[in-house]
Amino acid sequence: MNSVTNVEQKDNVLIITTEGYLNKDLGEEIQRAAQEHMKKGANKVLINLERSNIVNSIGASILIELIEELQEVDGVLAFCNLATIIEKTFKIMGLTKYCESYSTQEEALKSMS
Amino acid sequence: MSKKPTVELKLPILKNMELVATQTADVVSKHMDLSEEKSGEISMALIEACINAFEHSESKSEIYIHFLIDDDNLTIKVIDKGKGFDSSNVKIPNIETKLTTSEKKRGWGIMLIKELMDSVDFESDHTGTTLTMTKKKNTK
Repeated sequence: MNSVTNVEQKDNVLIITTEGYLNKDLGEEIQRAAQEHMKKGANKVLINLERSNIVNSIGASILIELIEELQEVDGVLAFCNLATIIEKTFKIMGLTKYCESYSTQEEALKSMS
Repeated sequence: MSKKPTVELKLPILKNMELVATQTADVVSKHMDLSEEKSGEISMALIEACINAFEHSESKSEIYIHFLIDDDNLTIKVIDKGKGFDSSNVKIPNIETKLTTSEKKRGWGIMLIKELMDSVDFESDHTGTTLTMTKKKNTK
């Protein structure tokens, strides 16, 4: 199953947790969850990909759209718990120039909040 | 001389069917005793190759994937019977450009395949495209 499994706000950081294949559908689900909270003022978004260990470039491209949308509100996007191949893919695409990647959610929250 | 082992898949053009190819790639990688890192790179490249074949070839039928197992490397051929394309016309994507212009955010597949595999070659004409990509066992 590919889905957003949890969306919560902690210390001014919106945490979106996923499971499964980060494809177009899951990318759009993440984007919708973020947009909904951005309308209410959220501008720090952390995506926890601990239970997503596979991605495609279409899903990753939707995250580039999200980076663009967050830049418009002086926001940031970050990731945590990335599988090695996802981290490598994001690096090749350049996402890591614009998004921090943390080993754990706790480490991310400590740095972002 | 014995023939090199080959695994052949025929995939219908259905949503997420590229994951069938990655599962086969995992089994082949384990058989070849490839590292987890290389196995992940092969799966990622294969996902992108399948998506390109599904989406850009306008192929109406199946795509074919051949895994050619050798002592020193794994060669994967992804074959579609679509309209073909000119790989020299494919623009190299750049995230800075994509973030500062209205350019579409997609178009990363070929770049990713080239970065993740040791060699990549395209043969394409109006009857279809064959992408051949190789991962060496002991380098990179």
